[in-house]
Amino acid sequence: MNPRLATAIVNGLLIGAAVIALLPLAWMLSVSLMAPGEASSFPPFLPGEPRLDNYESLFARAGTGRYLANSLLVAGTITVLSVVLNTMAGYAFAKLRFAGRDRLFTALVGALVIPAEVAMLPLFLLLKPLGLVNSYGGVIVPAMATIFGIFLVRQYARSIPDELLEAARIDGAGEARIFVVIVLPLLKPVLVTLIFTFLGSWNDFMWPLIVLADQRYFTLPVALAALSGEHVQDSELMMAGSVVTVAPVLLLFLALQRYYLRGLLLGSIKG
Amino acid sequence: MKPGLAAWGFLAPALIVIGLFFIVPVLGAFALSLTDYDLYALADIANLRFVGFENYFELLQRPLFWKALGNTLYFVGVGVPLSIVASLAAALLLNSKLARFKPMFRTALFAPVVTTVVAVAVIWRYLLHTQYGLLNYGLAWLGIDPIDWLGDPDWAMPAIILFAVWKNFGYNMIIFLAGLQAIPEDLYEAARIDGASAWRQFVHVTLPMLAPILFVVAILNMAGYFQLFAEPYVMTEGGPLQSTVSVLYLMYEDGFKWWDFGTASAVAFLLFLLMFAATAVLLRVARRAQAA
Repeated sequence: MNPRLATAIVNGLLIGAAVIALLPLAWMLSVSLMAPGEASSFPPFLPGEPRLDNYESLFARAGTGRYLANSLLVAGTITVLSVVLNTMAGYAFAKLRFAGRDRLFTALVGALVIPAEVAMLPLFLLLKPLGLVNSYGGVIVPAMATIFGIFLVRQYARSIPDELLEAARIDGAGEARIFVVIVLPLLKPVLVTLIFTFLGSWNDFMWPLIVLADQRYFTLPVALAALSGEHVQDSELMMAGSVVTVAPVLLLFLALQRYYLRGLLLGSIKG
Repeated sequence: MKPGLAAWGFLAPALIVIGLFFIVPVLGAFALSLTDYDLYALADIANLRFVGFENYFELLQRPLFWKALGNTLYFVGVGVPLSIVASLAAALLLNSKLARFKPMFRTALFAPVVTTVVAVAVIWRYLLHTQYGLLNYGLAWLGIDPIDWLGDPDWAMPAIILFAVWKNFGYNMIIFLAGLQAIPEDLYEAARIDGASAWRQFVHVTLPMLAPILFVVAILNMAGYFQLFAEPYVMTEGGPLQSTVSVLYLMYEDGFKWWDFGTASAVAFLLFLLMFAATAVLLRVARRAQAA
């Protein structure tokens, strides 16, 4: 084949694929700036006169500011707590010796095949007497540690040389001090999991939908799903709601994509 | 302090969380599936009865369960291969020496992956609108009559599959891209010297070298696609005519709409067994393929 033609085909297909990937998102942004009813005038591409009315009514009437704050609070807390707990446990599995270590780790990794949804019904009954149903805690507490997170940290932590830890022990450093002063700085690459955890908890839907009954505690996805049930006809408002939900994670990804993609490859090569 | 003791100190917080809020509930799910736990038991635990495998027998006689199972298998059976083909095609294009602006294209193609399912499902509900939707507008341009995507029982699941492929293909694409870059250039060189066409190079060099990654991706995708829930919840509410009720959607409705926790737990457990069996089959096929 003619090399110039081949180049044109490859890049043409890439442009086509990129358009398909981005068009729904561009359309969302465009419609969110339209006047009510404008998206139904055919064909709906660009707003006649861009306006922020939809965002105004979202925040003023639909209480979206609160949902945004809820999402930030829940996803932020889960991210911080789970990275601390997973890092501690992953380090222990990689570098500390104790009876039954390998068997326990194998059992945990084996449990990875169980889909989270299997636990949801009993978890609901368990959290009820603890007073965690219908509270931020109900979303946060079960997510404070994850098997996969521990697994990832362990893979990283195995490369820490034992001699380094032994030398510190001989110098009389306690285990907690060794962890904070020596191990944590070496585990810096693990911080990429922060991005995943944050995006994952931000986007999570099924469990928050189940455990949060009161609107006051709704995260953005749960609120958006409820809103879309009430305002099916109001596409301009719904698109503004989608923008508010998607924009934070999309911007976070764009800012940190190098780390994100590197971490993704790390996580997918399980076992 | 003894090192063993220190280790348990590091482990305890995470293990308590996972044990109490995951392992115990999973075991509880099986116990629950053997009872008639419902709204009355929720009010007063004295109303709870042990019913053995009755919930399972009842499920197997319930048409909606089979419908949900069929819908889920349809979604997995068509969605996973389609996602893999789309991802592989995108990865091959991105990996081509002829491609320009690679980082930009990579970011664009990956963007749908990081978006919130609920939000993009809401977008797609409008894109799929019979009258005003962009998709039918495009089809009309090609001379195809409008399709009632989410209102026609025959089209609702294909529409959801289309949406899922759009949302997810970028994830596999990144993994495939890494796999493609790891294939030694010499192999292609040798194939070219032997006069192999681009297609034959793909079949005899790329695919065999990518096979282990293909299986891993297939297993991961399958597990994800079996857990179909948010899409039907937002886009179709299981309709029309229950054509998009997935197994998890059924579990959610039985459990949290009708508060029939016994039946819902049995549904959850059957889904787990199904996923486990499907994964085992794929692993077996993968092992055999590697050995051959």
